[in-house]
Amino acid sequence: MRIEISNLHFTYPTGVEALRGISLTIESGEQVAIVGQNGSGKTTLVKHLNGLLQPTSGYVRIGDWDTKEHSVAKLARRVGYVFQNPDEQLFSKNVGTEVAFGPKNLGFSGEQVQSQVKDALAMTELSNKMETNPYDLSPTWRKMAALASVISMDTDIVIFDEPTTGQDAANIARIANVIKTLRERGKTVITITHDIDFCAENFERVIALSQGKMLLDGKANEVLGQAELLATTYVDPPQLTRLGKRLGFKSTVRTQDEFLTELKSSESETRPHTS
Amino acid sequence: MAIVELKNVTYKYPLTDSPILQNINLQVNEGEFVAVVGPNGAGKSTLCYTIAGFVPHFFKGELTGTVEVAGIESQTSTLNEWVLNIGLAFQNPFNQISGAKYTVYEEIAFGLENIGVPREEMKARVEEAMKLTGISDLADRSPYSLSGGQQQRVALTSILVMQPKVLVLDEPTSQMDPIGTREVFGVIRTMAENGMTVILAEHKVEWVAQFADRVVALHEGQILLEGNPQEVLTSDLLMDNGFGISRYTSTAREAKKQGLWKKDMLPVTLDDAVEGFALTLPSPDWRGKK
Repeated sequence: MRIEISNLHFTYPTGVEALRGISLTIESGEQVAIVGQNGSGKTTLVKHLNGLLQPTSGYVRIGDWDTKEHSVAKLARRVGYVFQNPDEQLFSKNVGTEVAFGPKNLGFSGEQVQSQVKDALAMTELSNKMETNPYDLSPTWRKMAALASVISMDTDIVIFDEPTTGQDAANIARIANVIKTLRERGKTVITITHDIDFCAENFERVIALSQGKMLLDGKANEVLGQAELLATTYVDPPQLTRLGKRLGFKSTVRTQDEFLTELKSSESETRPHTS
Repeated sequence: MAIVELKNVTYKYPLTDSPILQNINLQVNEGEFVAVVGPNGAGKSTLCYTIAGFVPHFFKGELTGTVEVAGIESQTSTLNEWVLNIGLAFQNPFNQISGAKYTVYEEIAFGLENIGVPREEMKARVEEAMKLTGISDLADRSPYSLSGGQQQRVALTSILVMQPKVLVLDEPTSQMDPIGTREVFGVIRTMAENGMTVILAEHKVEWVAQFADRVVALHEGQILLEGNPQEVLTSDLLMDNGFGISRYTSTAREAKKQGLWKKDMLPVTLDDAVEGFALTLPSPDWRGKK
């Protein structure tokens, strides 16, 4: 399902002009990371995708729906949104009910609800915690419960707002795995993140926002290599990208595999020839 | 001289079966910057609460052993005696912002008002603290209209303004943009150099390695390792126990297996990684300079 954003402006009632002319298209099945300074408009932008916010001017289309013409409840069929803070999202007495709430409300049949709940719990490794109260879960698992309660709605588009905040290495790997599974199923995944290494390892397209405008939009290697521009929106390139640059690598590297490949080729180039 | 001293500290939250902290012994010297790392659930936040007096005064539960900060013993004192010496910035700024104030400026003044600081001094301290953390331009905004990272800066500033002897920070940059994170670490480092004692729970090991004096690795409620940041953060013990490590460390570790990392010690920071990998690329026109 295609997302089309055209000349989007948004001003909060307080007068803060958060978005100042954003235009972009995201094709069905794309995996996009949004990066940028605190207050650059990332969360404001994605809140337009499920109708939580309405454009001051410009428009947002989800498939053939203009978000101005459809309720948040209806848009929830197409766009799932995992909040930054799971505590703002969870309310049921146990994980099973929490995860079933979304698909039930979308009107799926009982059988369908059951199978989607089972699938979402398996994907988030929560299958053994169905009976637990979400607030008895550790923050790690509460985050996964928030993910599961959105994944179970089986929307074509899934948005994650800073999914790795406060998470440890093991859980970041779990979240990366969820995103990979969604990619394999052809879902569109849009993720806001400050974790630029996580971004480098899991996303092929990166958008950088700065003061309510698009700063960069392109393939991850192209965007993440632009240290000077990224710095204007308070983003550092990924660790291995910075390292590659300091070592004088010819191409931009993001991942460990890319780094080691480039290291090997640089090593053989610089090695003195012996015959 | 030790300003924070935990002796044989074991703690259990109410209504739980097993202790979250077990037999913790920790000394922190005045002006020292100590980082606490560990997987989620290791007890990092609880350790922060314990040093800040929230355990046991606020959370109740069972605390054994002794916790002494700035010469005062936790269990035999009241929380009021503690707040003048110790400041805690919460992991989630939503939980810290008072809700009683309309502007960021007033929010930051809140603590000073409560301890009766004269008006002129209060204004000067608030303005100085806001300048230090780079939020002067947010002064008139509502704390609740801010982005997550901006709120986190406000929460940190409202603690710094109190000028505590001991500053306890629980992942204070978790919602901040990358360069903002680095800046805040720089501010914290400066506070430590000016004599403030800092205890920081943190996942971002690259900055821990660069800014902290010492690292304590917490695992399942116990101290697994402590010492020099580079030694602790590159230890195999951490990698095998689910600790976060920097990409420099994990990549150099893999490179070492392939004969592409020539040093014994693995790197944690960019500078260490550049220096080490330069040995693999012994070209005279090597361009890996700063």
